[in-house]
Amino acid sequence: MTSSSLRVKGLTKRYGDFVALAPTSLDVANGEFLTLLGPSGSGKTTLLSLIAGLAHPDEGHILVDDADVTHSPAYDRDIGVVFQNYALFPHMTVEDNIAFPLKMRKVADADLRRRTAEALETVRLPHVAKRYPRELSGGQQQRIALARCIVYRPAIILMDEPLGALDKKLRDQMQLEIKRIHRELGTTIIYVTHDQEEAMTMSDRICLMNAGAIEQLGTPEDLYFRPQSVFVADFLGESNLLSATVRQVDAQGLDIVLADQAAPSRAVGNGASFAAGEPIKLMVRPQNLHVEDAANGKLTGRLVDVMISGSMTRLYIAPERIDMPQLVAAYPTRSSAAPYEIGQLVSLDWNSADAVAIRDGRGH
Amino acid sequence: MALAKAPAIEPGQLRTTARSRARSQAWTWAAMGGPLVLLLVFFLVYPVGQLLLLSIYNDSGFTLAPYRQLFASAVYIDVLLITLKISLATTLVCVVVGYPIAYLISVVGKDRKATLLFWVLLSFWTSFLVRAFAWIVLLGRNGVINKLLLSLGIISSPASLLFNFGSVLVGMVNALLPLAVLTMLSVMENIDRNLPRAAATLGARPGMAFWKIYFPLSLPGVAAAGIMVFVTAIGFFIVPALLGGRRETMITQLIIDQVQQTLNWGFAGAISVLLLIVVLIVFVAYDRLLGLSTMTGAAAPRRAAPSRLAGPVQKIGDAVLTLLGMISDRIILALPSRRRDRNPEQAGLGLQAFVWTMLIIISAPTILMIPLSFGTGGLNWPPQGFTLHWYETVLHSPVWTQAFLRSLLVGLGTGGLAMLIGTPAAFLLVRSNVPGKAAWLAFILSPIVVPRMIIAVGMFYVFARMGLVGSAFGLILGHTVVAVPYVVMTMMAVLRNYDTRLDHAAQSLGARPFATLRHITFPILGAGMFSSFLFAFATSFDELTIALFATGGLNATLPKQFWDEVTLQVSPVIAAVSTCLFIFMGLLIFVAERLRRRAAAR
Repeated sequence: MTSSSLRVKGLTKRYGDFVALAPTSLDVANGEFLTLLGPSGSGKTTLLSLIAGLAHPDEGHILVDDADVTHSPAYDRDIGVVFQNYALFPHMTVEDNIAFPLKMRKVADADLRRRTAEALETVRLPHVAKRYPRELSGGQQQRIALARCIVYRPAIILMDEPLGALDKKLRDQMQLEIKRIHRELGTTIIYVTHDQEEAMTMSDRICLMNAGAIEQLGTPEDLYFRPQSVFVADFLGESNLLSATVRQVDAQGLDIVLADQAAPSRAVGNGASFAAGEPIKLMVRPQNLHVEDAANGKLTGRLVDVMISGSMTRLYIAPERIDMPQLVAAYPTRSSAAPYEIGQLVSLDWNSADAVAIRDGRGH
Repeated sequence: MALAKAPAIEPGQLRTTARSRARSQAWTWAAMGGPLVLLLVFFLVYPVGQLLLLSIYNDSGFTLAPYRQLFASAVYIDVLLITLKISLATTLVCVVVGYPIAYLISVVGKDRKATLLFWVLLSFWTSFLVRAFAWIVLLGRNGVINKLLLSLGIISSPASLLFNFGSVLVGMVNALLPLAVLTMLSVMENIDRNLPRAAATLGARPGMAFWKIYFPLSLPGVAAAGIMVFVTAIGFFIVPALLGGRRETMITQLIIDQVQQTLNWGFAGAISVLLLIVVLIVFVAYDRLLGLSTMTGAAAPRRAAPSRLAGPVQKIGDAVLTLLGMISDRIILALPSRRRDRNPEQAGLGLQAFVWTMLIIISAPTILMIPLSFGTGGLNWPPQGFTLHWYETVLHSPVWTQAFLRSLLVGLGTGGLAMLIGTPAAFLLVRSNVPGKAAWLAFILSPIVVPRMIIAVGMFYVFARMGLVGSAFGLILGHTVVAVPYVVMTMMAVLRNYDTRLDHAAQSLGARPFATLRHITFPILGAGMFSSFLFAFATSFDELTIALFATGGLNATLPKQFWDEVTLQVSPVIAAVSTCLFIFMGLLIFVAERLRRRAAAR
């Protein structure tokens, strides 16, 4: 199966005064699974439409395997798209839908039939060939949209929130399915979603977007453990963000002081360089925040609420110092755990290896 | 969402590409919208303008003589007042009777809705002429009503039921009720079913929930139906001419007399100006009160009714509705409890009985025509014997067969031309960012607003000078002018529901623009295009006003031939023709409905 690399250079899109996509550059390796993640309106769908050729950039270039396709029309790009609402043609049977791209490429009849059947096998729905899209369930429609896309072996496949309309269980199942197809075909996939969990589980790399620009690009581990901005820390998983100041920087990490506290503590950097005296945010993930009864932790607070969400139990704590934001701690749910009482005073602590320093401000 | 700062671009480069893009865009716009604009300018604006000019210019220059003549005697003002009286009465009855019908159609289940709608549509599409003629037969001295009353012993000798205000009103309501129902229905179908239910959970009894929640939301539909019926009624001449006496003469009949008998163009123009002014006043008042945007029925009701009404009016309205709600609830409470506890989603028996009675009243006259057309006893009820004589007469008469072929030709031509010109314009209005869309739309819809009679007389004048009178081509052009707004409206609605992502999908799958149109866009829009073609065809097939002047003799269309015959004598031949027309239209609606449902099923 063919597969290509994609390079985007300084791509920009404006609608009147509104900048939908600020100049953006991005390299996607051959066979990579890259996710464009971000809140709605962050420019991820704009970037996708530009790559697909469904919208035209005001500036910049798009290269597929080093060939400039910036100005080629969508039908000449050999880039497949799986649309958010599937965009199955309602007046054609499933079979005709899947055969459509082959017909457009004037594939011989016998070959066309064989490949259509193969694509239906790949998505495990050979029995629905003669049906119309409206006769299929949401999950089935999704698979047919996928089959229609892979049948003509495009070098790159773009997927625009393909699982957005499915319920949780079906979504989990389809995530595995898409990963399997990606493994089997080895095609480069660019996947758009606003679901951070989906992005984490599926991607080789995540490109987190915000306000029409790339906020951070890296592996899921990079984004989760070494967020470059408060936005990234906040968007990917829950996090507690505490204001602090850098005392000094050394090879192993940083000496910091939490805002308005005298006792120094240690933190690890996120890869950025810090200067002594710089204000920072300290990120501690909920599962790394330990709640203790004894008053020997770094912070104290009162328990506001306890919530059990299946495998995890969350504790919401209002710090004693009222100007600090509410904190959340999480630990695996156990039936034998000693019950907490709302309003009780607790002490909070964390390992310094789990405290990540992030530059303050939103970076943009 | 935060706005990123736009980076600098080379100004020169941008300007050139922008200019060339703007130029090619302007060409596309002109190619798509130009034909329709040209058609309307040459065959609507120019003829109507000519006619209006004729009222103030004659061979010797500027003159106000026609207007002096108009106001010299009370005759013409009386006719205007009668016209207004008939139109207002028609509007009132249509809205009041039509409301429960539209309401029932909007609440019943799918199958029963289709049945109810079929009868409304059948009546809507049955020729005005056929329906008016049927009432002549029904109300005649030996008609069904008189025979029924005689046999029941209520009257001892046949009453004269025809040629009075009552018969005109019955005919007008029959003619325009379907229009009122369909207009109100389009608004009612968009009212969220959950709102009255929500009101119920908040403590409103059924009567209060209806009057305070549902009714105000349906008001834009009532208003739109009201103005559509009124404007159509004011330009009507078929019903008053066939069912009315001298005292029910309407203003359009005066225009016909001036053109056909005295050839007094200046005076016809002056009457037209009077009629146009009345229509314009109505529209301006409507706009002030409710906003013209509600006309399409699709406009958001929240912006329409309440905000434009002045504070005190709104308060009084609210108080009236509250009172109505309380009264209704008292009545419901007074009913036996079994009735009270029924499912509120289910329409009451009283409502159903009323709606079916009305549907029977508007359909029955045409259906009663069928047995009479096979009878040997003339048009007297009950029908006697059985003969195909009348049908043979029609089939062997070159006048009727010619007229049928002519109408078919003109109808197909009109359908085709209206589609060809209207569809690109609809694409332009929905898909492009053409400036001044609202104004363009108003211009395109103006043939519906301007009374048909004025358009017809203006066209006759212009056609006469171009040598187009009596030609099928001229008639096709004329009918296209009045049919094209419906095509544009239908196609705009179809296009708004069309998911453009399907086009994008096709392109991403390798389809070039033309292949996308051929394999995706047109097949999916097909049903909508065909039904708007049918609409244009039916409009032309039943069009009498323009054909009244522009055709005659052997080149008469079917409605014109029908009109000439029926104004001469009422014979069973007409009943045979009516039956044929009725069945032809019934088949058309059946096909159109099937297509519509097939399209909707997707």
